[in-house]
Amino acid sequence: MRFVDEFREPELISKTAEEIRRLAGTNRHYRMMEVCGGHTHAIYRFGLKDILPENIELIHGPGCPVCVLPMGRIDDGLSIANDPDVIFAAFGDMMRVPGTLGSPLEHRARGMDVRIVYSPSDALKLARLNPNKHVMFFAIGFETTAPSTALTMMRAKAEGIQNFSVFCNHVTIIPAIRAILDSPDMRLDAFIGPGHVSTVIGCRPYEWIAQNEHKPIVVSGFEPLDMLQSIVMLLRQLRAGEAKVENQYKRVVPWEGNRAALKAMAEVFQLRPYFEWRGMGFISQSALSVNEKYAEFDAERRFQVPGIRVTDPKAAQCGEVLKGVLKPHQCKLFGKECTPEHPIGALMVSSEGSCAAYHNYEHRKAAMVSLSPMA
Amino acid sequence: MSSGPSALPAAVLPEFAPTRFRDPQIEMAHGAGGKASRKLVEGLFAPLLFGAAPGPLGDAAHVDIDGTIVAITTDSFVVKPIRFPGGSIGELAVNGTVNDLAVSGAIAEALVVSYVLEAGLPTPILEAEVRAMAKAAREAGVRIAAGDTKVVEHGMADQMYVTTTGIGRLIGGVTIDPRSVRVGDRILLSGPIGDHGITILLARGELDLEANLRSDTRSVLPLVQAVIQAAGPGVRWMRDPTRGGAATSLNELARDCGLGMVLFEDQIPVRDTVRGACELLGLDPLHIANEGQFLVVVSPEYADAALNALNLAPGGSEAQVIGEVREQPAGTVLVTTLYGGSRIVDMLVGDPLPRIC
Repeated sequence: MRFVDEFREPELISKTAEEIRRLAGTNRHYRMMEVCGGHTHAIYRFGLKDILPENIELIHGPGCPVCVLPMGRIDDGLSIANDPDVIFAAFGDMMRVPGTLGSPLEHRARGMDVRIVYSPSDALKLARLNPNKHVMFFAIGFETTAPSTALTMMRAKAEGIQNFSVFCNHVTIIPAIRAILDSPDMRLDAFIGPGHVSTVIGCRPYEWIAQNEHKPIVVSGFEPLDMLQSIVMLLRQLRAGEAKVENQYKRVVPWEGNRAALKAMAEVFQLRPYFEWRGMGFISQSALSVNEKYAEFDAERRFQVPGIRVTDPKAAQCGEVLKGVLKPHQCKLFGKECTPEHPIGALMVSSEGSCAAYHNYEHRKAAMVSLSPMA
Repeated sequence: MSSGPSALPAAVLPEFAPTRFRDPQIEMAHGAGGKASRKLVEGLFAPLLFGAAPGPLGDAAHVDIDGTIVAITTDSFVVKPIRFPGGSIGELAVNGTVNDLAVSGAIAEALVVSYVLEAGLPTPILEAEVRAMAKAAREAGVRIAAGDTKVVEHGMADQMYVTTTGIGRLIGGVTIDPRSVRVGDRILLSGPIGDHGITILLARGELDLEANLRSDTRSVLPLVQAVIQAAGPGVRWMRDPTRGGAATSLNELARDCGLGMVLFEDQIPVRDTVRGACELLGLDPLHIANEGQFLVVVSPEYADAALNALNLAPGGSEAQVIGEVREQPAGTVLVTTLYGGSRIVDMLVGDPLPRIC
């Protein structure tokens, strides 16, 4: 398969892994955070930990939009769709995320009109096809998905569509990284920067991480070779005592980002003064809401929602895992009360959540004796 | 997949066993063939219908009638859309049951069929499906012996649902039992995986993706017979990985025999179109449904013979040895890559693609 197999080439991967081992040496321990949930998923899916030396520790960051969404927001969105005239539309990732009274899928099994869409424009299509119903798109995601939500609302406005709204949960990545760096129990050496988000925001917004915090950051692609090359680039910086922003994912990420996408976001959204992140608490200016100009498409303005904060189960340690303080399996509930079939925290739901990735791909490997190739 | 204990004496009525199914309501995932389905079968159906400790659940049950053992199985089909590239609900309904019997080591002798029809279903659509069933039955060499029809109000079913029940004669010289699997056994796959599931997904037209891909629905009986003829004494276990995909079937095997299934990623046949769709959608081909493939575990000394037999049989040229049975990781399926990485592949959780068959 073109554009994929080239980045999974065994020989190149072995060579790059060798270079990592050479650069990493044995004297020092390196803690690198992959910010993006897509990277977390790739690390487990491709078994990258098996080929990295032990002194390189990958810490899973907060870049999984489903995982950082507080339960109260899910409850609020679903409460709107309790009205039989409302269709609840969301990405497939959202469908199994538990609210207080169950996930969107469980609500669907009880009769709520819940639809999986693959893009916001599909939700708008639903609105056109169902003129007697109101379609509410439950929007989630970082800057990766926010532009397509924005463009969809611009189109809805241009077409004068009345029966469509967005329940906006879009968040922004930079304040989350700042919150992690401000966290006192966090010791990190470097960042693997998010690839998809950077296609929109570019690489400049990370410059403060290098300049003020003196941490190297490399924006990385998602194939095994991408991630290993990014680790090589980080190690070279660390060994040279440097801290700069580098772009490994040049084939997709322009340094300046995507101006058209940023413009669409600016047209439709405004920064919220603060927003709650699951497990991390309130982070100022870390999320987007719909602005006055597009108020007619803002589900939060159009509908009454309970707006009740829901605290996570006390025993769940989602926050510590989300910030990388705990490994998924160190949480008290991991694999016991909280499993992919019965997730308690959202980290166990999304394939990009570190708990689900760890549960699905990794944790039983610990029991393995050896992995010799086939005789 | 239908499920039944491997040898239940017909005349002995089972004792009830305590149920363990605690999910408050039925979700789509309970029908997806993965973990939730297994919990429903093992926690509710098996204890109440089969009694305690039914043993491993296979694709068909063996029933002893006055000393003659026959294989019996049943399967319902609710696929949406009912017609798709490479097949339709009628063909699936015949091949699905023929295949469940085949991988249990039995040749389908007769099928009975039940239709649930939605009022308003145009006759030409029904007729096309009945013709498709007749054709598939002829090709598979099985007789459709009886049937039943029910009609429900418009809106109470989606066009038509079909249930087929089959009885089969055991093929001599082979015993299918997950508990007979040993360390060192080889895992073979009859051909590329994921064609059916991805075809259905694309046929729904919800994704605006197009690909040149067809469902793999077919009778696997000729291929199963070829393997048994060439390697019968070495055949330990077979399964057609329908809903839940190859990963779910192999996880069930791993659990039933307590050993580890180690797969070699570069040996698993997957078409580029299926890989591409899976990459885009974040799915694993090992979790995607198949309707014309099967997995077979054979002892190492019979592995070459089994693979040759498959490769030489019509429709088996893409068969591969995809892995082997190891002591560790016990009860688990592990996929290894050429560059030395590895990952656990669990049973399907949830239901990414509902109503696939």
